[in-house]
Amino acid sequence: MEDNLTKKVPVPMEWRHRKRSKPKAEKAIEFVIKAGGYSSIVLILAILFFISKEAFPFLVNRFEFSEFFFSTNWNPASVNKVSYGILSLIAGTLAVTCLSMLIAVPLGLACAFYISEFCDPRMREIYKILIEFLAAIPSVVWGFVAIMMINPLIISLFKVPIGLNVLNASIILALMSLPLIVSVGEDALRAVPETYREAAEAMGATRWEIATRVLFPAAKNGLMAAALLGVGRALGETMAVLMATGHSIQIPKSLFDPARTLTATIAAELGESPKGGEHYQALFVIGLALFCISFVVNLSADYLIRGRSKK
Amino acid sequence: MKVAFLLIFAVISCSKREHKIIQNKGSDTIVNLAQAWAEEYQKIVPAVGLAVSGGGSGTGIAALINGTVDIANSSRPIKDEEKAQALKNSGKEVQEFVVGLDALAVFVHPSNTLEGLSLEEIACIYGQDGKCNTWSDVKPGLVVPGCQDNKIIRVSRQSNSGTYEYFREAVLGTKTDFKQGSMDLNGSREGVDLVEKTPCAIGYAGMGYITQGVKALCVSKTKDANCVKPTLETATDKTYPIARELYMYISGTPTPEVKAYMDWIQGDAAREIIIKSGFVPVPKK
Repeated sequence: MEDNLTKKVPVPMEWRHRKRSKPKAEKAIEFVIKAGGYSSIVLILAILFFISKEAFPFLVNRFEFSEFFFSTNWNPASVNKVSYGILSLIAGTLAVTCLSMLIAVPLGLACAFYISEFCDPRMREIYKILIEFLAAIPSVVWGFVAIMMINPLIISLFKVPIGLNVLNASIILALMSLPLIVSVGEDALRAVPETYREAAEAMGATRWEIATRVLFPAAKNGLMAAALLGVGRALGETMAVLMATGHSIQIPKSLFDPARTLTATIAAELGESPKGGEHYQALFVIGLALFCISFVVNLSADYLIRGRSKK
Repeated sequence: MKVAFLLIFAVISCSKREHKIIQNKGSDTIVNLAQAWAEEYQKIVPAVGLAVSGGGSGTGIAALINGTVDIANSSRPIKDEEKAQALKNSGKEVQEFVVGLDALAVFVHPSNTLEGLSLEEIACIYGQDGKCNTWSDVKPGLVVPGCQDNKIIRVSRQSNSGTYEYFREAVLGTKTDFKQGSMDLNGSREGVDLVEKTPCAIGYAGMGYITQGVKALCVSKTKDANCVKPTLETATDKTYPIARELYMYISGTPTPEVKAYMDWIQGDAAREIIIKSGFVPVPKK
């Protein structure tokens, strides 16, 4: 009898089959997902390595910290004194990015709230398609809009000598990052469980109160992510800002001063600078600086989100 | 099997026959034009390959002297010592072809009443030591309608374009930089578009880019000299001060392929491409 209890019962064939094959398939899937996850890290490291490799000779031979970061004189093609100072480029990048986000984030989030909460469900799809259509416009076209339409408009409206400036670029960048902010923000709001809305409604809250007091706190992280993606879009844009800022080396002192950004400088000059030359390497150092800036932005934003959600 | 071998043999022999490649190298000013020519020519004569690369006029001529290219592009005439060196190296005379003209027009917004500028005045606007920041600094009493503060908005090009370099050389000289704070646009067309929409602006570009929307100025060598409008005639007879010839050089008697290509370049199809590229074709003899 004891024998009978301890004796292993043979597992039916089909069970065995299921039991054995499942972990195998799962392992394969696990591996694919893992590889996908790691590949993004590997890619980032590879990009960083490539940029650093091209920038390295400049950093060793020519680089002077105070000249590079605190001089406003970027003149790699000078016949008198070649100089690489990116202060005005950093100032231009910051000015344009910040202002465009001041326009795009409130507008984009308001738009997301409207589409997700207030809009007629039939109209919702139409609005979404229209807004996503904005994302399909190539950046060169935006640049031409900046030169041919917004430039004369700013000149006649504000009575300034030139309409290619920080304001123009910010408007263009805001329009370009709007679709991203709206669709990610809208997804974040949709992700808030319907029960939240129902509970609030049951307590007699108005739609406005639901939006501001229930949905906004609940979707906060997602909305933050939407805004951040917008910042990334604005920071990295090249062709449109090249044309809309006027691509002029100076620290902008008002909304109506032309400026130049880091990305546009790389875009304009990399193509024609001889490979491996000093100028070429300096452009990669700019790339490295840009990499660091976006890293810091993402890191601090991450910190901000986590710090807040802990409370 | 036999069929397969025959096929492979046929493919190899075909590709061998196609391996007539013309090497073409030199001036960055001409490289886009040369590329456009090469693409068009390969549509007509697919049996001849064309490898076009830039690097600068000096690089192209040096490669011709070393015998590594068939055609050298140059935006300056070949120097006598370079000719001598080529003769010494290969025992062949260098042959010169003028393939086009590069004339830079200086232009302003149509509402600007300015008609002409001297080279000194242009240097005063664009040069690093130039003191001309408003239109009345250039010509006393000149007020541009629609231009706030009468301020000059300088439209220029990114620092490594051939147009930028030639303009600097021809107007500012070899020792002077551009004044900082100009709009350094990424193409000649963008520059013309911008000036068209900006009353305060002044710009420069290859003559082929000028549109009805901007006013090309007539340019004089000195303040007292007669000023000359940029036209086909003034560019070719060299009375227009900011014009230069574009050259192609070959060494000795050309191979039949190179000769056919050079003949085609002087024909009508190639002339159309010159105009499209923003340059001026050489007048027919």
